[in-house]
Amino acid sequence: MSGRPLQLEKVSRSFGPVEVLRELSLTISRGEFVAVVGPSGCGKTTLLNLLSGYDQPSSGSIERDGQVRMVYQQDGLFPWLTVAENIALGLRHLKNKSEQERQTNDLVGLIRLEGFERHYPHQLSGGMRQRVELARALACESDILLLDEPFSSLDYLTRLRLRQELARLLDERPRTVALVTHDIEEAAQLADRVIVLSERPAQIRYELGIAAARPRDLTHPEVVRAVHRILTEMGIEHDHEKAAGYQAAG
Amino acid sequence: MSSHRTPKVLLPLAVVAAIVALWAAVWATGAFHESAFPSPQAVLRGFGEELGSGRLFNDLITSLFRVSCGFALAVLLGIPVGLWMGQKLAARMAFLPIINFFRNLSPLAWIPFAILWFGVGDAPAIFLIFLAAFFPVIVATMAAVANIPTVYFRVARNYGINGIERLTQVMLPAILPQVITTLRVTAGLSWLVVVAAEMIAGRDGLGFAVMDSRNGLRTDLLVVEMIVIGSIGVVLDRLLVQLTKIQSVRWGYER
Repeated sequence: MSGRPLQLEKVSRSFGPVEVLRELSLTISRGEFVAVVGPSGCGKTTLLNLLSGYDQPSSGSIERDGQVRMVYQQDGLFPWLTVAENIALGLRHLKNKSEQERQTNDLVGLIRLEGFERHYPHQLSGGMRQRVELARALACESDILLLDEPFSSLDYLTRLRLRQELARLLDERPRTVALVTHDIEEAAQLADRVIVLSERPAQIRYELGIAAARPRDLTHPEVVRAVHRILTEMGIEHDHEKAAGYQAAG
Repeated sequence: MSSHRTPKVLLPLAVVAAIVALWAAVWATGAFHESAFPSPQAVLRGFGEELGSGRLFNDLITSLFRVSCGFALAVLLGIPVGLWMGQKLAARMAFLPIINFFRNLSPLAWIPFAILWFGVGDAPAIFLIFLAAFFPVIVATMAAVANIPTVYFRVARNYGINGIERLTQVMLPAILPQVITTLRVTAGLSWLVVVAAEMIAGRDGLGFAVMDSRNGLRTDLLVVEMIVIGSIGVVLDRLLVQLTKIQSVRWGYER
């Protein structure tokens, strides 16, 4: 396997007359966590669909090296299957049933849902459901994790907890991750690199590396600084340093 | 538990008792001729008579057999057609108007042709029940398939569920709650139709028994038959309701 599980080369995607992505190039290294943020309707989901192979680019090329698994905003679990059965979907290729059962139990333990194996998704809270989805996506040696606003349907505190949970899970089972979100804090807290997309047609408007080691706290100075830089770049916050500079000059 | 369940049994029983009392009171006024308005006592005697002769039981079995055949045929053919149409927009565009036409055409209007083509007996009744259930089953299955959230198919793709497994492990479980609801509705419809079909195109069955009692001016037996027909309809529905208690379909009724 190469060190580049995901590589986009000048990828464009149009739907009829609507150009959603324009010549977007992006390389994600093995084990890297890249977050893509941008205004709503800017083509984040289109980008994920291209990354997952669900959709094909109008032009340009996409290279994918490894098994891709996606986590959805909500309702990605099959409601007719129990927690254990949903997680076992990620272990379908294992022919050995007892091995499949053992790994399912490991994953249930990993997301701390022991005792809920036989529950159905509708009997769980939204946060628990998303944890089951994460476990299913992390099952076996899946390489690339695509996250489509996985916590956006949750309340604020649950969202913060699940972020910690995701960081912890990735610490235990490292993966190459592409997270699409409109939550800039989420991006800054979780990712090694944040990519800010422009309005449609989406291009990379700004790219920011965050060096601090993962998992990190939401209030980690690097995270706070990154949030500020991104918000400034999007024209939502003012650049204090620059403003201070102007004052000094004036 | 028992204190919780007691009103569930007692309240409907009280309502039935009140209706019987009202019936007896109206009869006692003598406003209606005995032959047009049988007394509760006469109906009770009629029950004894029917139980003794076994005729009502045979008619009941005959009607249930016809409903089972016609309904099973409609479900076994209607669900695959619905599955197909739910996935193919072109098929929906082509066939939905004509299916809606037949769905809104009372199966009773087919009775003359049913007799011309199939004579009297089991065949015309089964044909009419089939017509009553087939089109609603198609439409409901089709709508359920067309409304399966696309995320389920994407998840299936992610985890390598393709081909026949996609049908058996994703589509069928996804539509099952709605299909069960449709089975309840169409089974009720079939039970209504079998009585009408047998009244005209039957030589036995509960519908024929109704007609026979009318011809013999036995209004007491008529009421006995009405009570049996209504009760069996309720029992059929209660049986189908058990399907909604399957653990893997509860999600369809609880959110």
